[in-house]
Amino acid sequence: MPETSYYLILAALIFTVGATGVLLRRNALIIFMCIEMMLNSVNLTLIALARQWGNLEGQIFVFMVMAVAAAEVAVGLAILIANVRHQKSINIDEINLLKW
Amino acid sequence: MDFAWLVFLFPALGALINLFAGARLGERGIHSVASGAVALSFLVSVGMFFGLSGLDEHHRAVTVHLWDWISVGSFHAPAAMLIDPLSVTMALAVTGVGALIHIYAGGYMHGEQNYQRFFVYLNFFILAMLVLVLSDNFVGMFVGWEGVGLASYLLIGFYFDRYDESYGHYADAGKKAFLVNRIGDFGMMVAVFLIWTGVGSVVFEEVFAGAGALSTGAATAVCLLLLLAATGKSAQLPLFVWLPDAMAGPTPVSALIHAATMVTAGIYMIARTYVLWGLAPLAGDVAAWVGALTALLAASIALTQVDLKKILAYSTISQLGFMMLGVGVGAYAFAIFHLVTHAFFKALLFLAAGNVMHGLPGGELDIRKMGNLRAKMPTTHKLFLIGAAALAGLPLLSGFFSKDGILLHASNHNILLYLIGLFTALLTAFYSFRAVFMTFWGEARDEHVHEHAHESPAVMTAPLWVLAVLALVGGALNLPFLLTMEHYLEAAVGKPAFHAAVPLELVLLAVSAVVALAGAGLAYGRYVQGAKDETGAPRGAGWAAGITGVFRPLEQGAANKWYVDEVYAALIVNPLLGLARWFDRVVDEGVVDGAVNLVGHVSLAMGGALRKVHNGLVPTYALSLFVGVAVLLLYLVFGL
Amino acid sequence: MALLFFVLVGAVSLAAALGVVMSRQPVHSALFLLTNFASLAVLYVTLDAQFLAAAQVIVYAGGIVILILFVIMLIGGETNDFSAAQRAWSRVVGIGLGVILLLTVSYSVLTRMLKAPDDATSLLQGGTPAAVGNALFTEYVLPFELVAILLLVALIGALVLGRQSEGTGEGVPSIEASD
Repeated sequence: MPETSYYLILAALIFTVGATGVLLRRNALIIFMCIEMMLNSVNLTLIALARQWGNLEGQIFVFMVMAVAAAEVAVGLAILIANVRHQKSINIDEINLLKW
Repeated sequence: MDFAWLVFLFPALGALINLFAGARLGERGIHSVASGAVALSFLVSVGMFFGLSGLDEHHRAVTVHLWDWISVGSFHAPAAMLIDPLSVTMALAVTGVGALIHIYAGGYMHGEQNYQRFFVYLNFFILAMLVLVLSDNFVGMFVGWEGVGLASYLLIGFYFDRYDESYGHYADAGKKAFLVNRIGDFGMMVAVFLIWTGVGSVVFEEVFAGAGALSTGAATAVCLLLLLAATGKSAQLPLFVWLPDAMAGPTPVSALIHAATMVTAGIYMIARTYVLWGLAPLAGDVAAWVGALTALLAASIALTQVDLKKILAYSTISQLGFMMLGVGVGAYAFAIFHLVTHAFFKALLFLAAGNVMHGLPGGELDIRKMGNLRAKMPTTHKLFLIGAAALAGLPLLSGFFSKDGILLHASNHNILLYLIGLFTALLTAFYSFRAVFMTFWGEARDEHVHEHAHESPAVMTAPLWVLAVLALVGGALNLPFLLTMEHYLEAAVGKPAFHAAVPLELVLLAVSAVVALAGAGLAYGRYVQGAKDETGAPRGAGWAAGITGVFRPLEQGAANKWYVDEVYAALIVNPLLGLARWFDRVVDEGVVDGAVNLVGHVSLAMGGALRKVHNGLVPTYALSLFVGVAVLLLYLVFGL
Repeated sequence: MALLFFVLVGAVSLAAALGVVMSRQPVHSALFLLTNFASLAVLYVTLDAQFLAAAQVIVYAGGIVILILFVIMLIGGETNDFSAAQRAWSRVVGIGLGVILLLTVSYSVLTRMLKAPDDATSLLQGGTPAAVGNALFTEYVLPFELVAILLLVALIGALVLGRQSEGTGEGVPSIEASD
């Protein structure tokens, strides 16, 4: 059985890769995928620690995270599509409606 | 006495009903509600009077505690009524005359645009006036004091959209009354503060019981401040200037507020606090002199006025001066007596003047354009004549007895005061009959005005007959030697220190009668007999013209109201305006606005600098978020 | 043996994560993402989370990735070059931040090594569907219902956002503009 810390390090690696992706990529869709990946890395730590402490609550929380992620994907993609209709682009650098 | 609070309830209800439902009631409904409320209030006052009469003569003072109004630390101001002969007399005068004037106003204001508003204000005034006279403490009296001031302001400015040569902007007249009264109210407040610090109570009975704790200096200061308040409310020197302008209000308002009731509040207040005045003889002297000089000054101005209502206004100031003279020399009962008779005949005169105004085209008030109106308005003529005779103090009418009582006490106090008073009485008789003769006698001087003149409807003459009867026989309230009213008021204002010897009193009565008749006769000679000049204005018979000609050099000054308004404008108003403008330009625009603008500019500049951070691009936000996370992590893990 | 398995699967998931970030084509990214999710599902099984492993495959792999693929097909993913020309500095900063994140987390984890628990003494019943379901519908029923509402709202929100403007047919560009 691998140490729990190994799982945590793997999760940290994946999280870092996802975060870096968010910062580096310009395609909104890929940024979106990176965020999903970060969520998953957190899920991994939760499950690993749930086993570590012999406690089911971590897993319940992961379940909730999945549901929220599903909702987020649905809304996020809808926003993306609406923006594409409007602006004909999914380049994150061209989406600046938040500007003051 | 448990029902006594009803006296407040009726006018309050009347005002509220007319305020919220008046639009649906129509003119008749509004008028019935308003007049009925005051009439019911009058009945309650009558009930209080009889309730009080049933008590032992020396214990005629009942306090009706309604609720505790303010109770902070050792400061207590109850909402309570003090029912004693003085307050009942005032309540009867206020509600009685008030009811008659309400009835009259229904006819006078007929067809006015703001009929509803008028009666709401009028009922509110009655409520405030009753609070003033029935409160058992200084704070409650002050509430009423301010309430009547507010009602007065609202009603003077009732035609706030009008403008004419005589009054300027009508709204300004209300403003002037309010501002001038503010000076007096300031004196009132400071006086109450001094009383509170000196005696430790604001309830009348406790203050009077503990008044001995005040030093003579403190009592004098309190009384002089109260006198300042009274000069404001009762239009005495130096604060009388608002009352002539207050004639801008509708005539029933002039009759009710600016002749019969509100302006007498100062006299009432001094009579109410007579215990304090007993401790401060100096303040009493000042009051007497203020009253005498005001009476003389106002009477001299009244001689020259050509606006019928302004004659009456200056006459009111003059008569209030008599009352002030009365309270100043300690003749409280006679001052209150004169207050009551004055309420009768001055209300009568104002309402009769209102009839004249109502019956002439364009509400004409200039007596130079009138003349011979008795042919067109016989009833009004009789009413006005009765009022003028009572005001002039013709023998056996109400004004004769009340004015004489004051003069009698003044003669004992200081012979100079008596002479001023006597001369003023002469002037009073002269200007009263000048008004009568110029208006109703002689020849019609303006055909247009005379042709269109008409008598007023019964609703506007019937209440006047009641007042006329009271003006004729009101003197019976307090006949010389019987002194019914004086004995009645003794429980509230104490016994006068002085009782005249019978021969002296008879002599003075005779002198007063002669003076009044002389004044009236002189007016007859000057304005009825003799030649007319080219405009039809009478030149007067030779003898009368000769006598009046002596005073011709003074006429210009009196006609210009002795330049009091101009002096005030130069000494007080304009410097204050200049100061206000300076503050506006330099302090407000420069310092205050500058500070506010500075805050705005700094915020804008900072925002302008910071908004570059907000470029609207999601990656930038994400980046700053991650920087924050990294910093936090570095701190948590390495404790950097 | 178990460690070797973990290393292999972990390497696959990490490589897939890198693939997501570095692919030029969004489609490739999406497929890498699928790989990443699947390998994580395997790891969940090794952590006694059988139900969540199944849910991972169904929700993420089966639902979310498919949805993303669908969107890619709908709008075409042919855009972008990789480098962000107008914010070249952000690349350096981004990678720098990533390194900091990784170093700090790894440092804190490695300095306090957590041993794997002894299977015999483990209190966990295992994340079987029965155990998770039992917990969800007893102790956590309120959050569960709230999540249901959240999903409903998200559904409606997505519907509203994704709709074409009023009065035009589905997917058909508006021809007549409102005058």
